[in-house]
Amino acid sequence: MRITQGCFSFLPDLTDEQISRQVQYCLENGWAVNIEFTDDPHPRNNLWEMWGLPMFDLRDAAGVMMELNQCRKVYGNSYIRLSAFDSSHGWESVRLSFIVNRPKEEPGFRLERHEVAGRNIRYTTKSYAADRPEGRRYG
Amino acid sequence: MPPNELTTRSIPANRRTPPKESDMNMHSMTVRGKDRYKSGVLEYKKMGYWEPDYEPKDTDIIALFRVTPQDGVDPIEASAAVAGESSTATWTVVWTDRLTAAEKYRAKCFRVDPVPNSPGQYFAYIAYDLDLFEPGSIANLSASIIGNVFGFKPLKALRLEDMRLPVAYVKTFQGPATGIVVERERMDKFGRPLLGATVKPKLGLSGRNYGRVVYEALRGGLDFTKDDENINSQPFMHWRERFLYCMEAVNKAQAATGEIKGTYLNVTAGTMEDMYERAEFAKELGSVIIMIDLVIGYTAIQSMAKWARRNDMILHLHRAGHSTYTRQRSHGVSFRVIAKWMRLAGVDHIHAGTVVGKLEGDPATTRGYYDICREDYNPMRLEHGVFFDQHWASLNKLMPVASGGIHAGQMHQLLDHLGEDVILQFGGGTIGHPMGIQAGATANRVALEAMILARNEGRDYLHEGPEILAKAAETCTPLKSALEVWKDVTFNYESTDMPDYVPTPSVAL
Repeated sequence: MRITQGCFSFLPDLTDEQISRQVQYCLENGWAVNIEFTDDPHPRNNLWEMWGLPMFDLRDAAGVMMELNQCRKVYGNSYIRLSAFDSSHGWESVRLSFIVNRPKEEPGFRLERHEVAGRNIRYTTKSYAADRPEGRRYG
Repeated sequence: MPPNELTTRSIPANRRTPPKESDMNMHSMTVRGKDRYKSGVLEYKKMGYWEPDYEPKDTDIIALFRVTPQDGVDPIEASAAVAGESSTATWTVVWTDRLTAAEKYRAKCFRVDPVPNSPGQYFAYIAYDLDLFEPGSIANLSASIIGNVFGFKPLKALRLEDMRLPVAYVKTFQGPATGIVVERERMDKFGRPLLGATVKPKLGLSGRNYGRVVYEALRGGLDFTKDDENINSQPFMHWRERFLYCMEAVNKAQAATGEIKGTYLNVTAGTMEDMYERAEFAKELGSVIIMIDLVIGYTAIQSMAKWARRNDMILHLHRAGHSTYTRQRSHGVSFRVIAKWMRLAGVDHIHAGTVVGKLEGDPATTRGYYDICREDYNPMRLEHGVFFDQHWASLNKLMPVASGGIHAGQMHQLLDHLGEDVILQFGGGTIGHPMGIQAGATANRVALEAMILARNEGRDYLHEGPEILAKAAETCTPLKSALEVWKDVTFNYESTDMPDYVPTPSVAL
């Protein structure tokens, strides 16, 4: 399966040049780009690990691309995403977020159903990979 | 007082000729002192409802009406009558006014302008003191402003065009239960419009069949599916059936894609008790969103907004029925007023037009509605039909929804007209796809992501749109086929409602 979180998951994987243009767009809007990675891509897991701090005051996308490549060297078989933070009043949250790296294999999720009273069902989404300990989930 | 008790009798014959334009902004004619309260009939404009020298206070609510007086009725008197009948007046002088701070409570018409290019129509600006309104109640606001005057005999037609809501009043409302930013955080979706589809056919699907449509659409790439306005609890599908099958579909699609998904479960019902019961069940099942129809009424909407805030639920509003009073230019209530009321009332989503789809809406007017939903401050923009500066005082933002006759081939136009914070709902444009519902959903999602990518790269996506879509379709057969099927579908009809002011070349925009 292919996890379709983020803004561009339905397109073919972005090339570094395409990623760099998106980063430049964020920087020109005054947003700070953060690199985040995880091996627990549960849809409700919003706390991906931070690769350093959001890059405030950056003007050139090359800085982000350099960091991204460093991150890939260490976490090349994890999910990595870029998130752009807008500090303007009234927003003060993420403006753009997209996946820039995936594990070679994406086993996806199992849906567990717990039948309860009436015809009601309690659902739990479980990542196949997350059954293994952190750091050893994608081979 | 019921409007039909008043006749043109109260407007003396010698004032039935419209004044020349130069007479329009004359000084106060208010009768003062003892004479003001002599028993009998006095013209509204002499009773203190026409005060051209009045400077509205920052805390006043201001309403702008389009007044079409009956032939021979003085527009100033007609406008003063609207001010009077929407505040303290009745058709004759009453001594009991003298027991009150009557001057404060009188709404004051302070400006009357002829409507450009519309003979016989006038814009009347009326100021209302804040003390005339109960805090936090749209029912009270609307009962005052539109409760009585619309059937007034001396008027041929009357339309509430816009309102300025002072911060002091805005702050008495909860506002959208969730708001755009928190909705995006909860849904974990940033940087692009959200995608939805209304399940079709509107009526007749069993719960099981209905769940199938929801699953296919979400699995294919949509973020939301939606019940239609009249899907409640009918013999072919009772509401619990729908909720159970829909949540199976949502959870299954969520696990299959790793993305948060939602389906607007319509909790509209005959009583508040039924609506609360349905909303509680939706919560119990883990739904992120419920929906209501505008026809449930303002108080019910506010109740559901409070319930949604308490229960971490996004609240979708379908504006069912609004065209009965928003569409005609000369009579009714403009949708921009309804949008303002609904932002105060506290819904999170509101259908606000598509520009290019099958339903009414010219681009400039629609832009005005979207600004009202999404901005913290609306400057006056007559060319968008926005007549007042409006501060929202950090009230949450309301997500506009574009729905009705739109398809993937229009993606560049939709993005250009409607921007990024919007939900694009392709019902037929998903479910009617020749390769099936999943393919329809995928086509829309790919078209959208390709367009956002291009826009962010700085491309002239509006003009290169068809090219961008064609390129994306090279690696996406469903998009290719969608573009082919709907390539000639457009809805070009003249709008019935548009701004009265157009920018002139000398105005810098």
